[in-house]
Amino acid sequence: MTRSLSAVFSPVVLASVVGGCMSGMACVAEADQGRLIATGGASSIEGAAGGGIIPWAVLAGYDEQGEWGANLFATHINLPDYTLDVAGMAMSYGNRVELSYAHQRFDLGSLVHKLSLPEDNLSQDIFGVKVRLFGDLIYDQLPQVSAGLEYKHQNDFLIPSLVGAKRDADVEGYLTASRLFMGAAFGYNVVVNGGVRYSRANETGLLGFGGDRRDTRSVLKEGSVALLFNPRWAVGVEYREKPDNLSFAGESDWADAFIGWFPNKHVSVVLAYARLGEIAMLDNQNGTYLSVQGSF
Amino acid sequence: MMRSLRWLCVLSLALLAACAQQPPKDDSLYHALGERAGIQKIVEGMLLHIAKDERIVEHFRKVDIVRLRDKLVEQFCVEAGGPCRYTGDSMAESHKGQNLTRSDFNALVEDLIDAMDELKIPVATQNRLLARLAPMRGEVIEK
Repeated sequence: MTRSLSAVFSPVVLASVVGGCMSGMACVAEADQGRLIATGGASSIEGAAGGGIIPWAVLAGYDEQGEWGANLFATHINLPDYTLDVAGMAMSYGNRVELSYAHQRFDLGSLVHKLSLPEDNLSQDIFGVKVRLFGDLIYDQLPQVSAGLEYKHQNDFLIPSLVGAKRDADVEGYLTASRLFMGAAFGYNVVVNGGVRYSRANETGLLGFGGDRRDTRSVLKEGSVALLFNPRWAVGVEYREKPDNLSFAGESDWADAFIGWFPNKHVSVVLAYARLGEIAMLDNQNGTYLSVQGSF
Repeated sequence: MMRSLRWLCVLSLALLAACAQQPPKDDSLYHALGERAGIQKIVEGMLLHIAKDERIVEHFRKVDIVRLRDKLVEQFCVEAGGPCRYTGDSMAESHKGQNLTRSDFNALVEDLIDAMDELKIPVATQNRLLARLAPMRGEVIEK
């Protein structure tokens, strides 16, 4: 099931969907897209609308009241010793509730031979739901505040269990706020996000959940700031705190600096430099992040 | 000592009088938008985009467009700090019964931004005008 799903969301299929929209043909199930450009955000590596490594309070797609919105995305992170590939989708209704799915595949690269590992990759599936509780990204008095739950299932639990992980599936929650401040930096708009996550996922769940050192969930901070040069171009930074549940290796907090391009309401591209630090004993896992999203 | 104190009193009195006479008004946005002529170009550009915008053009079918243009120019001028007086109806009054949605409001914002882009108005200046107009959404939608 998992394999067939990930085949459906392969980059090639995604590219053809995006290409169909770009060439001016009617997209499948064209929605009304009543929200302003870029307010559907990019796709985070866990599938929820947001930045790259954390969800924001915005919802996927461009739907306002009474409308549907959706997106497909593919993301590739190229690190010195590993690669992470993600493909997924999200849909939302009425700018109120969002459902998302992401499949992550983490290739272990050189570590496979060094340690004679039984598998050459780790993968997980993530099902998410996010609800906008109140407020608005741009209008109204209050910032947009959303809460989300993510069910994660690690698919190859042998390696995680050998390094001390306690379980192969778990649920985690997050609360996040986003607000656009008009003209806040030299006249340019600024988007600020801040959130907390309640999780015991090791390396977001790729190395299972809970560990020999700590098996309870931690409250983890995450946030980002983005500067909008105009409605279609954004640059920014993100930060995500991570727990340290396994004694075999340290787990670094993550950060990235990104540039996002939203040429229209059907396509967006995010390029980033990601500082993922130490992952499974190998340090300095800092590299490039590329994500392509098609919205309809 | 006494002399300097006296001067201080005179100075502060003069300042107070100046303040009472002329409340300082920031008209820099009005000038940045090209004053009244520039604002009229923006409004007309926006109305031309609306005319081609099938999402919302229906709401303007029965509207006296020349009057609408004049009132919008007055309103943008006032919001930009210019020497104008708004003579139209209140926002709530003029949108009553239209039941405009959040999407309708955003469509108009997009048409306004397109018009300002065409006039090569810098993004920072656009943002200043949009920031003045955005708080009106509550009086415009769902009436």
